[in-house]
Amino acid sequence: MALTQEAVLAGIKEIVVEVAGIDASKVEMSKSFSDDLEVDSLSMVEVVVAAEEKFNVKIPDEEVTKMATVGDAVNFIVSASK
Amino acid sequence: MSSRPRVVVTGLGATTPLGGDVPSTWAALLAGKSGVRTLDEPWTEASTVKFAARVAVEPSEVMERVEMRRLDRSEQFALIAAREAWKDAGSPEIQKERLGVVVASGIGGVITMLDQYDILREKGPRSVSPHTVPMLMPNGPAANVGLELQAKAGVHTPVSACASGAEAIGYAMEMIRTGRADVVVTGGVEAAIHPLPIAGFASMKALSTRNDAPEKASRPYDLDRDGFVLGEGGGVIVLETLENALKRGAKIYAEIVGQGLTSDGYHIAAPDPDGAGVSRAVKFALEDSGVKLSEVVHLNAHATSTPAGDIAEANALAAALGADIDHVAVSATKSMTGHLLGGAGAIETIFCVLALHHRMAPPTINIDNLDPQVKIDVVRDKPRPLPAGPIVALNDSFGFGGHNVVLVFRSYEA
Repeated sequence: MALTQEAVLAGIKEIVVEVAGIDASKVEMSKSFSDDLEVDSLSMVEVVVAAEEKFNVKIPDEEVTKMATVGDAVNFIVSASK
Repeated sequence: MSSRPRVVVTGLGATTPLGGDVPSTWAALLAGKSGVRTLDEPWTEASTVKFAARVAVEPSEVMERVEMRRLDRSEQFALIAAREAWKDAGSPEIQKERLGVVVASGIGGVITMLDQYDILREKGPRSVSPHTVPMLMPNGPAANVGLELQAKAGVHTPVSACASGAEAIGYAMEMIRTGRADVVVTGGVEAAIHPLPIAGFASMKALSTRNDAPEKASRPYDLDRDGFVLGEGGGVIVLETLENALKRGAKIYAEIVGQGLTSDGYHIAAPDPDGAGVSRAVKFALEDSGVKLSEVVHLNAHATSTPAGDIAEANALAAALGADIDHVAVSATKSMTGHLLGGAGAIETIFCVLALHHRMAPPTINIDNLDPQVKIDVVRDKPRPLPAGPIVALNDSFGFGGHNVVLVFRSYEA
C-alpha cells in the first residue's frame, strides 16, 4: 500500500517532535536533520527505528547515511512503501 | 605541604528523598522528617522489600522531556544537583581548561540497562535505544555535567560502591591541590530503585524488611535495626581554591582540609568487625588535614542501619577518637534519607558543610532503644547546636569491597 508524501511528512514530524523536541512547524521537506532539527547521529537512529515501525518499511543503514534532509527520508519511505 | 592551595566549598546542590534542592532538604533534615515511603509499583507485590526513599521531586518537574529521554535517571539527578550547585556558587567565570568534574555513582545506569534488556527481549536488537550505552555507563553522570559546563581539566568517576560519592569529593580536592584545576564540580548520585537491585540487596539480607512501618525502617544505632533502606538522588558541590573564591568574592561555606583512604582486605561485603581500616582512615585524614582531634566537634556517620555495620563503625570511631569522643556529636542522617549508595557520601558531605556553616548538627531519628554497644555520642531526635570558633567536622563513608573514605571539613572564617 503506497503512502502519500503528506502522510509520511506528517508522521516524520511527529517522530522528530518526540525525539528532538523541535516545534512541528519547523519540520519541512528542505530541513537538514542535523543542522536544522537538532537530530544528531544517535537521535537519527531513533528516528529511523520509529519510522520503520510507523510506516512498516525497512530502511537499510546505507540509505540512512544518505538521508540528510527530511525530504530525503520522506521520499525514500514513500517509494519503499510502493 | 605549605605550597598546597587551600580548597573551599562555594556551591551546594542536591535532589534527595527529603527535598528537590539543598534548602528544602536541610530544613526537612533538621525537622527530623523521614523520606522513606511504601512503593506503589506493581512489582513490589512479589518483592520482599516494598519500600524505599524516592526523591521528593521527580526530575520531570524540573527538566524538559526531550532532555530527560536521553539521560539515565542517575544522570538526571546529577544535572539537577550540578545546576543548583553551579548557580549557588555564582556561576563562576573560569577558563574551561581549569575546570574539572568528579561525579560518582555506585552502580551506574542500572535502570537503563535493565529497561533496554526488556526491550531487547520483547522487540529485538534493532529497537534498543542508541542512547543505551551513554545512559548506562557509570561515568555518564560526570560526563553529562562536564559537557554542560564544558569542563576541560578532566572529568572523572571513582567507583567504590557506597563510598563513591565521598571518594569523588576527595579526588576533586586532590585535583585542585595538585594544580590540575582551580574549580571542580563534584559529588555523587544513584538511581537504583528497581526490582533487580532491590532483590539483590534483599538476597544479601542487607535491606530492612519493615514493610509495615517504612518511615521507621532506617534506624541506625537502634537495637531493633534490621538493614538499610535503599534511597535515590544525589548531591553535587563546587570546590575551588581559596584564592579563586576570594578573588571573585564568592560565598564560602567551609573549607575541605583533608581525606583518609584505606581498604579492609577482609571481605567483599561484610565490615571488618575490628574496624581497623576505618580507624586508620580517620588517622590518615587527620594527618592529611593537620587537624587535631580536639578540634573535631561533629561527624556524619556512614551508619546505614545494618546490624553489623553500625557497630563496626561505632567501635572503629571510638577507637580512633579515643578520649576526644565526648565532644564529637555524631549524626546518622540515613535515618531520614535512606541510603543513597554512591550518592550518600555526597549528600552527607553537604550536611557536614551545612552543619559547620549553620553550627547545627542534624538529628538521628528512630532510635527508640540505643544499642548499648554504641559508645559514641549520637545526636538523637533534635538537632544540636555546635560551638562557636574554628570547628571541624568529619564525614566517613564505606563501600562493599572494603573501601573506607574519611573527609575533613573546617569552618571558614574570613
